[in-house]
Amino acid sequence: MSKPLLKDLPSVSANRLAQVLEPESEVARFTKTEPLVLDSGEQLAPFSIAYQTYGILNADKTNAIFICHALTGDQHVANTHPVTGKSGWWTALIGPGKPVDTNKYFVICANVIGGCMGSTGPSSIKPRTGRPYGLDFPVITVGDMVRAHMRLLDRLEIPDLFCVIGGSMGGMQVLEMAARYKDRVYAAIPIAAAARHSSQNIAFHEVGRQAIMADPDWCGGKYLEEGKHPHKGLAVARMAGHITYLSDEALHRKFGRNLQDRKAVTFGFDADFQVESYLRHQGFTFVERFDANSYLYVTRAMDYFDMVADEKGILANAFKGTKTRFCLVSFTSDWLFPTEESRAVVQALNAVAANVSFVEIETDKGHDAFLMDEPEFNATISGFLSSAAKTRGLSGDAELSA
Amino acid sequence: MDAQIQNTARVDLLLISEMVEAGSRVLDIGCGDGTLLQILAETRDVDARGVEISQLGVNQCVARGLSVVQGDADSDLVNYPDAAFDYAILSQTIQATHRPRHVLEQLLRIGRHAIVSFPNFGHWKIRGQVMLQGRMPMTTNLPNQWYDTPNIHFCTIKDFVALCDEIDAKVEQAVALNAMGQKLGFSAPLFLQNLVGEQAVFLLSR
Repeated sequence: MSKPLLKDLPSVSANRLAQVLEPESEVARFTKTEPLVLDSGEQLAPFSIAYQTYGILNADKTNAIFICHALTGDQHVANTHPVTGKSGWWTALIGPGKPVDTNKYFVICANVIGGCMGSTGPSSIKPRTGRPYGLDFPVITVGDMVRAHMRLLDRLEIPDLFCVIGGSMGGMQVLEMAARYKDRVYAAIPIAAAARHSSQNIAFHEVGRQAIMADPDWCGGKYLEEGKHPHKGLAVARMAGHITYLSDEALHRKFGRNLQDRKAVTFGFDADFQVESYLRHQGFTFVERFDANSYLYVTRAMDYFDMVADEKGILANAFKGTKTRFCLVSFTSDWLFPTEESRAVVQALNAVAANVSFVEIETDKGHDAFLMDEPEFNATISGFLSSAAKTRGLSGDAELSA
Repeated sequence: MDAQIQNTARVDLLLISEMVEAGSRVLDIGCGDGTLLQILAETRDVDARGVEISQLGVNQCVARGLSVVQGDADSDLVNYPDAAFDYAILSQTIQATHRPRHVLEQLLRIGRHAIVSFPNFGHWKIRGQVMLQGRMPMTTNLPNQWYDTPNIHFCTIKDFVALCDEIDAKVEQAVALNAMGQKLGFSAPLFLQNLVGEQAVFLLSR
């Protein structure tokens, strides 16, 4: 691993900016007369949703699975990423013969509203000014993200989903979708999620946002107009965030106190330790593919997420009358979205006698465990989906739709 | 709840599944690796859910496609609404709960019926071991030493009937099984069932 220094960060990648305006994805475009009504009361129009699909929708349209991505994820869930050239972020779970089998299911993944990979966000062009929105972009919520997903499904003429799956912020969207659109979600898999963002998590997000806004290149949010990008601030935000996605055990197992390409400490502030070098690398690669303002907006959406308050303190009311089959998954070493958060949702679901499974996976990989190839996790998803497919009358490979 | 108990409990599981009306809603508390849930789903076409205390058991169940959550019979049944299920089942588990009376009351609250099976501590072999050896009994059904058994609240069939009386539970059906897994007639006198029955299965309602 090289040892990048924050001062050496590259200028804005043209390829990444191109993804905002002309993404290498399918795009559903909604015109001025088809606004997205936001929780803030504002209306966003026109707006676009960039999305990827895999597999074939069957003739009855009963085999659609929607994947909700996490904070810094995007729609490139199971294909090569157009900016980084790396394989999709959830290929451990999704693909031919995988637990989410694209030979059997029609898989859709859309970039969230407020994102930076082609769905309308703060780096998109504001029609009235012809300039990037920047901080003129309205504050969005997880509810708004889900509302946008449903507009996409309407556009694709998919009446209901066989399953909706997501981890972390994706799991929040899964819960929101299952609660607000009960008759459009047959099964739901919220992973490493919570019904509300915790105080500690809001605190970490605030650190990240302050790091971005403290970077002079942020330019009050107008960095695109100035031809700049707050790489340093965004990299620091990513470094702080990345620590929360791992666990003490995993960091210790991976790096311990090992030194980076040297025999002794240098009595300076170079990256002496491997863990420092690793974090710098994480920050460095992140800024190549992510927009700083999007980071502000999407973290804010997570902070605002509170289904408990929405239901006046009784989460169970959100799920009253649900027929959706739920499978919740948490990970033992996840301290960002600990098991208790999932258990609170399970309790609420039990209170309305919902059909719910709940699995806690033993792992030292922390919050990010859901992105790794964990055999027990894969077995859980396979088992749950097969059983749900059976009750929904889905069998074998998808037939071509008419 | 306990793998060793589960293995020898097959007969009572079949008996329980016969008591369950086809197409009903069932909650199996202490469902272990999901054997009963699987039988119920396959043979009685029920909407079957489970609660299991061991995470390993839960994960096995979910990987088999069963709807199971991790939970504790003592503390988690209060979360369920009244009459949410047609049957709330507690097989070979009540003797391992901290508050059997509370658990039984909860079963009858959340299920229109409760089905409870348990090892009968009044069985002659057990009585004999206590009387002749002066030691806590160990049998093939109850293979653990007193200090490492999960079973902290043993009862006899008579004790269980008394508890049902106390909480006004109606006994709709009671079956004792002998060591061979054969049913003793419902008409057999209680003292005989309590003596010869190695396990008992009760179908209760409020």
